Amino acid sequence: MSGITNEGLVLMGSAIGAGLAVIAGIGPGIGQGIAAGYGASAVGRNPGARGEIMSTMLLGQAVAETTGLYGLVIALILLYANPLIGRL
Amino acid sequence: MGIQMTNLMAGAGNQVMLADNAVDFSAHYLMPINLFGQTVYLTTTHVTTLIVAVVIILLALFARHQIMKEDYEVPNGIQNAIEMLVEFLSGVIKGSMGRHAKPFINYVATIMIFIFISNTSGLFGLRPPTADYGTTLALALITFILIQYSAIKTSKFRAFTNLAKPIPLLLPINIIGEFAVPLSLSLRLFGNMIAGTVMMALWYGLLPVFVKIGIPTFLHAYFDLFSGAIQTYVFAMLTMVYITDKRDAED
Repeated sequence: MSGITNEGLVLMGSAIGAGLAVIAGIGPGIGQGIAAGYGASAVGRNPGARGEIMSTMLLGQAVAETTGLYGLVIALILLYANPLIGRL
Repeated sequence: MGIQMTNLMAGAGNQVMLADNAVDFSAHYLMPINLFGQTVYLTTTHVTTLIVAVVIILLALFARHQIMKEDYEVPNGIQNAIEMLVEFLSGVIKGSMGRHAKPFINYVATIMIFIFISNTSGLFGLRPPTADYGTTLALALITFILIQYSAIKTSKFRAFTNLAKPIPLLLPINIIGEFAVPLSLSLRLFGNMIAGTVMMALWYGLLPVFVKIGIPTFLHAYFDLFSGAIQTYVFAMLTMVYITDKRDAED
């Protein structure tokens, strides 16, 4: 442990943190899958309303996706515009 | 946070590149400009935004020229395409805004065309302007101003007192909720586009040459065309939903 510089330690923490941040993708994945499943069953029950169901489903999925994208943005900040390096 | 986010894609000073140097997806500084004593930079985003704007203007001028011809008789090629586009856009907007559609057709159709061409400009080797947080934040702020304007126009002073409903305890949460709208709108578009850009840059930058032939077609079709079209639709749809929500508040 003695060979690790402060900067190296911060970089290591940032990389691990970025990896942990994109775990946020699990939630939107499950949510979008549920939305798509219910959309498919709705089309099966009422094929005439396909367009309406499709647009509602896409809107809901896009809103659900936002939380995953917050995780992505955090990961990108940690990797490419790291605010913690400046604190050293 | 705003400054950090803008610098994120603009190659800030103490940038930490963890990936290979051949991977390049950030916008680059092109030319420094002194503005009120501060140095700001022209970036590739400005150039690509300008290219997109020029393409839209040229298309519009060309279409106008075709329509205004002297010996004009029946609608031909380009006019059919333009009429289809206009009918499609106004159909979408009228379908979701109902009786409030008329004042907003121009705005929503404009941002739809701009965002769609921006998103798909990755197909032509440009870095999409919407993959820069500055562009999407600007678009979302226009929408935010329109939403608040609609609220105040419809409910007058009650637009502010409505924030303390149903109980005054919820006032801070409602205020945060109002300001979360432009944040989530802009981050959604930005996140999707930057994800596509990063994936394409990784694919082109890190892999051996024989997988760069043919296979990126499908990646481009997904990240640029499909994702771009969906995000265009979602951005315009959420804009219309929020505005209609505020306009219907007094019924």
